[in-house]
Amino acid sequence: MSMLKVENLGITFGGLKAVDNLSLEIEKNELYGLIGPNGAGKTTVFNMLTGVYKPTTGKFYLDGEDLTGHSSIEINRKGIARTFQNIRLFGEMTVADNVMVGLNNQMKYSLLDGILRLPKYFSEEREFSKRADELLAVFDLYNDRDTLASNLPYGKQRKLEIARALATSPKLLLLDEPAAGMNPNETAELMNTIRFVREKFDMTILLIEHDMKLVMGICERVTVLNFGTELAKGETSVALNDPQVVKAYLGDD
Amino acid sequence: MQMLISTIIDGLNLGSVYALVALGYSMVYGIAKMLNFAHGDVIMVGIYTIFVGLNMLSLPAPVTILMCVAVCALLGFTVEKLAYKPLRNSTPLSVLITAIGVSYLLQNVALLIFKSDRKFLQSFISLGKLTIGEFEMPIISLVIWGTTLVIMIALDIFIKKTSMGRAMLAVSEDKGAAQLMGVNVNRTISITFIIGSALAGIAAILYAAKYQNVDPYTGSVFGIKAFAAAVFGGIGSIPGAMIGGLSLGLIEALTIGFLPDSLAAASDGVAYALLILMLILKPSGLLGKKRVEKV
Amino acid sequence: MKNIFTKGFFSKLILIIAIWAVVALLMVSGVMSRSMQSLMIKICYYTILTLSLDLIVGYLGDLSLGHAAFYLVGAYAGCAVAVYTNLPLLVKFVLALIVGGAAAALVGFLISKAIIKLRGDYLAIVTLAFGEFIRSFVKIIPGLGGTKGLMGIPSFDSRLEGFTLAYIVLILVILVIYNFTHSRHGRTITAIRDNAIASESVGINIKNNKVLVFTIASFMAGMAGVIFGFYKTTLNPSDFTYNLSIEVLVMVVLGGMGSIKGSIIASVIIVALPEVLRGAEDFRMLIYAVALIAMMMLNASPRFTAIKRSFGEKMNGLRAKFKLGGKAK
Repeated sequence: MSMLKVENLGITFGGLKAVDNLSLEIEKNELYGLIGPNGAGKTTVFNMLTGVYKPTTGKFYLDGEDLTGHSSIEINRKGIARTFQNIRLFGEMTVADNVMVGLNNQMKYSLLDGILRLPKYFSEEREFSKRADELLAVFDLYNDRDTLASNLPYGKQRKLEIARALATSPKLLLLDEPAAGMNPNETAELMNTIRFVREKFDMTILLIEHDMKLVMGICERVTVLNFGTELAKGETSVALNDPQVVKAYLGDD
Repeated sequence: MQMLISTIIDGLNLGSVYALVALGYSMVYGIAKMLNFAHGDVIMVGIYTIFVGLNMLSLPAPVTILMCVAVCALLGFTVEKLAYKPLRNSTPLSVLITAIGVSYLLQNVALLIFKSDRKFLQSFISLGKLTIGEFEMPIISLVIWGTTLVIMIALDIFIKKTSMGRAMLAVSEDKGAAQLMGVNVNRTISITFIIGSALAGIAAILYAAKYQNVDPYTGSVFGIKAFAAAVFGGIGSIPGAMIGGLSLGLIEALTIGFLPDSLAAASDGVAYALLILMLILKPSGLLGKKRVEKV
Repeated sequence: MKNIFTKGFFSKLILIIAIWAVVALLMVSGVMSRSMQSLMIKICYYTILTLSLDLIVGYLGDLSLGHAAFYLVGAYAGCAVAVYTNLPLLVKFVLALIVGGAAAALVGFLISKAIIKLRGDYLAIVTLAFGEFIRSFVKIIPGLGGTKGLMGIPSFDSRLEGFTLAYIVLILVILVIYNFTHSRHGRTITAIRDNAIASESVGINIKNNKVLVFTIASFMAGMAGVIFGFYKTTLNPSDFTYNLSIEVLVMVVLGGMGSIKGSIIASVIIVALPEVLRGAEDFRMLIYAVALIAMMMLNASPRFTAIKRSFGEKMNGLRAKFKLGGKAK
């Protein structure tokens, strides 16, 4: 069974079809790219898959379970985590605490345990703090653990967002333009990190990206969107050479 | 019957003034995206201006009226420049707290100058009553309704037909995009505050003509209710402000007018209960637009 | 942190006892005037109010302008129990604290449920309206004294007793807030404040957490109300106006929002200030207004925030080094 199955998904804003009839399937442990020119509706797809918007038509299934129309919270608990195009960190909290918030739903101690500092509080805080540190180490953020998130340099902020998303132990990770604003060196490093994450956590990843080098470097398959509809789909090198895709990217002339 | 009709007339009077104030809130909220908490206190300053003009300086009524509008407009402009503009990129919480600070500042300056006792104004618009059959109708009410209606229409034309009005619409839709299209955002917001505060000045005149008294807290309570009316009618909509203001005025007059004696002590609470209901039941407003949050 | 009994814990405990001992000594020896003794009790209940409002404004990031209402509900509910029962004073006080706190918490719970969809400006206005509504509603509830006020509330036997009891409640409140904000629930709250959409994306239920914060904060404000009632021995609806909510907000803002230490220091200073600066009473409100605006301007200035942040980080670093703080390591 595929990890994510999207069937005829579509959404309309005030009569305008932002995404229309999108279908795709992503296998477990696959790295899948969602690409297209600006305004093609890529982020809107993410917003539907994470419950920020309710789709007007179609359905999507995670690991066989229909999650269409569920709230963001439920969808995250079922196993989809994401990052944002315009980074959304908990800016006034430390790097470590950002990840701890991601781990929150796996922690079990009650309000009373926390307020009275019962043994459960200490044992769980210790255990999860260790897990947070391990995650931070993967992204080379361990030494910044006590820094405020908003004080991190841009590239590290992007990484922290991925770490926070992974902390919710998802089945599917959605990355919205992870390389935006990065220089070529940082992008290359990010590609390695994404590959590493897939190996280490046995993760399925769907990513939106403008950087074609990154897409060709790591995505096995892609869907190309234009004006909210699917333009091409398939193995990355094949789909990107599709004449229609070339036309959409380079213009008509 | 006479009682009911006079209550309705009272409600419409009150509602018209609410509508004017709501309009000021609505404009500023729609364009600067902030709740100008001090808007009601600008009205209070306007009424004190009339008090100073009439009672203390014995100026003629037309001069006092002009002075009131000018003082309010200038005050709105200054407050925006000094207090709100530096915070344009701050969090909404900071802006709101600043606005509360400004409101509090105006109240307490008034308190220091005029003390807390209620001041009574000399009457400056004395009009008789219109008698139709057995019903009596104060002419001042007609003046209030007429003024409100004329201003609403004028503002509607201003926003739709002039380039400044269109700039305001553009800024209210998307500040960044408007800037890119060559709209001077700071100037537009400034002018919005001037117009909004001038409306508060006119509301001050109508209020003064009708109720003829003022204390340092007159404006804040009135302003908060008018804001609720603006929200209920739909932020950013001129007819919405009108509908919101009139309905609040009517409902308030009718409920308080017919409240049983046993509950009379809680009559203040009625207006607040209305306000709560309006905001909880219809936060997007009767004529307001729903906004989709960008993610 | 190995366990609760670290070096930091003991030094704090000693500080807590030392403050009490010094104040008690000054009271008993007669060095403190009667009005200064009253001031000590006043500081306690104001600090509780500030800390509880800081939970809502500073940690959760919602502006509530109706905090006086929770204080009112606690005061009236708790003190009514004290007026209408016949028990030893101490029992009455503890019972009043529980009833007052619970009543305020219930109101806080219901109000926050009702306004859960509102944010920012709308939330501020509705809380303000609820505050004024409750204040006028209490006038028509039979048995609570109407506009004349609720009278005959038992008073503390002495200022020292009053201060001691108020101080114990204050310390408990500080402890609960500290532990709460340093638990997973507290982290969740600050995450919602920093970015609501992101917190939903990691599975945080914003609504439940907001209701939780309002309920806890109003419980504490309710207890502050009970202390106020026992101290004043009469309650009047005019003790709980919008101005009081603003006054407490000023303390929260000056304390730096989201800082327990800041809230405590700001409350002590602002409550003590009028006593120290006699004659400045007329200008007190004016100073509040200017302080609110000035704080926001400072926060908006990049240089000031940079200084504040680097200072905060240095403190964090130091704390981590010496393992003094409450951060689990």
